Amino acid sequence: MAGYDAGEFAAYYIVLMVVNMWTFTWIMHEMGYRVQHGELSAMLLKPIHPIHSDIADNIGYKTLTLCVLIPSVVVLGLLFNPTFEFETKNALLFVVALILAYVLRFFVEWALALVAFWTTRNEAVNQMYYFFGLFLSGRIAPLDLLPGWTRAAADALPFKWSVAFPVELALGRLERAQITHGFTMQVVWVIIGFAIVKLVWRRGIRKYSAVGS
Amino acid sequence: MHAITVKELSKAYVVPERDAGLRAAVVSLVRRKTREVRAVEAISFNVEHGEVVGFLGPNGAGKTTTLKMLSGLLYPTDGTYEVLGHVPHRRERAFLSQITLVMGQRNQLIWDIPMIDSLERNRAVYRIPHGDYRDTLDELTDLLELESLLPKPVRNLSLGERMKCEIAAALLHRPKVLFLDEPTIGLDVTMQRRIRTFVEEYNRAHGATVLLTSHYMADVEALCKRVVVIHHGQILFDGALSDLVTRFSPHKTIDVELENENADLSPYGEVVEADGLRYSLRVPKEATPQVTARILGDLPVLDLTVEDPPSRKSSSRSSPLKRRKPTPGRREPADTNACDLLGIPENHPRASVSVSRCHGDLDDRGASRTDDLLRRLVNRRVGPRRRRGRLRRG
Repeated sequence: MAGYDAGEFAAYYIVLMVVNMWTFTWIMHEMGYRVQHGELSAMLLKPIHPIHSDIADNIGYKTLTLCVLIPSVVVLGLLFNPTFEFETKNALLFVVALILAYVLRFFVEWALALVAFWTTRNEAVNQMYYFFGLFLSGRIAPLDLLPGWTRAAADALPFKWSVAFPVELALGRLERAQITHGFTMQVVWVIIGFAIVKLVWRRGIRKYSAVGS
Repeated sequence: MHAITVKELSKAYVVPERDAGLRAAVVSLVRRKTREVRAVEAISFNVEHGEVVGFLGPNGAGKTTTLKMLSGLLYPTDGTYEVLGHVPHRRERAFLSQITLVMGQRNQLIWDIPMIDSLERNRAVYRIPHGDYRDTLDELTDLLELESLLPKPVRNLSLGERMKCEIAAALLHRPKVLFLDEPTIGLDVTMQRRIRTFVEEYNRAHGATVLLTSHYMADVEALCKRVVVIHHGQILFDGALSDLVTRFSPHKTIDVELENENADLSPYGEVVEADGLRYSLRVPKEATPQVTARILGDLPVLDLTVEDPPSRKSSSRSSPLKRRKPTPGRREPADTNACDLLGIPENHPRASVSVSRCHGDLDDRGASRTDDLLRRLVNRRVGPRRRRGRLRRG
């Protein structure tokens, strides 16, 4: 089906699990709680941007969960006979793509979490983001299986570049040109994400400070 | 230059508001009603380097809002202010590394890891050199007796232990300005005293500037030479604590009605008024019981009332020696001295005897909570005009 056989599907979802595990954040829930309970105030008193604490938290969490992730990958690999072409070059590029995906998703989700400054509760935005992400990041199915317009949307938005791109790269499904384009899009979105974080943070903190805690 | 300069500083919040019930909840989804709350209104004061200033006032007076503005957490609505030469809400690194705000129990510590790791985190965040860190940690461990607490996860600490740890973590970077919002709340007397002593010593050793709010008069008495009384967002008093004590109503008024005219009451006190059979005497508070007894013994008294100044002729018809209870909601004359009404020293140990005798509705708990008093006093001045309901007790 659209270039995926059973073994390739298995490989796709196993790598997807790894990528998703490495790039996901829970900052949206966290930020809502912080704003509602005034915990952000304590962070604002420190002479350091709160994003640092989230980055540290995230890396700590991911490192610990590796202990569970690696055995899961091994077990699933034995059960489902995944097939993919392994290339050392792809493996190295995958690591770079994974890091960029992580940074880009972190920035985008951190910026979105700051909606909490304006609404106090950000569950609705959270849900919407999750819904779009499910389809456009290739989590529900490989993007090649989706209609053309969906793929066009995925190309323009950040979701694909934070999940599907590293997965397909690792599986050796991408041409050289596609890889170059993918990295370019990742870098572009990292820059955009960073800018959004900066901007939204500055405005949000004004709002937060004006309303009090 | 002052450590803290505050000029005409104001803060107004816009808060959503709705009636009780489901209907109101649904309506508020579409049409949100908001109300502006003026938490702080054009306050001005300066604090010198090394000064310890007590911020007093009832709940909701604007104390915490002021501290939050000064520590950069809140944008003021109006006015100018500076702390150590920085504008707080810009939250510059150089500013934040020199101040600290201790507010409740939820600032510094990471819940699930040992205290010592939280401190280590602060060391990294504040970029404290390792040598300084060890020195400060030793000092804090010593003063606050933290030794046994350091390896414990924060969630396993008791309230008092956590407060000590909060304070230690908040002072690790040796801030030059300390904002302490109720640093002793919820602690037992021993712990209160320890923290008090600690703040005192920190102030002395490092010349730090301290701005402190507390509902415990003992905190204020032990630490602050100067107090600022704030109410409804306005400053009612700013000066030496001793002034607050002596200036605020050191006298009582005794109204006497005698059987015969032209009596000489001057040996008993300062005669403020003599109108036929009625006399008003101003008597030092401490002497009131003795003077009352002497007048009753020496003179043919028809009626006698003891009250806080000013004299109130309308109430002098009450039965002899009956304690006058303040009428709820009654408005004081416009010319009433705010200090008389403030009455803070009534709660002061030295004055508490006369308070409990002459002011039947004051509980005689000594210098425990200023809150009650402050509420009484300030409300009586601005109360009837602005917030009539709050005078009513119970």
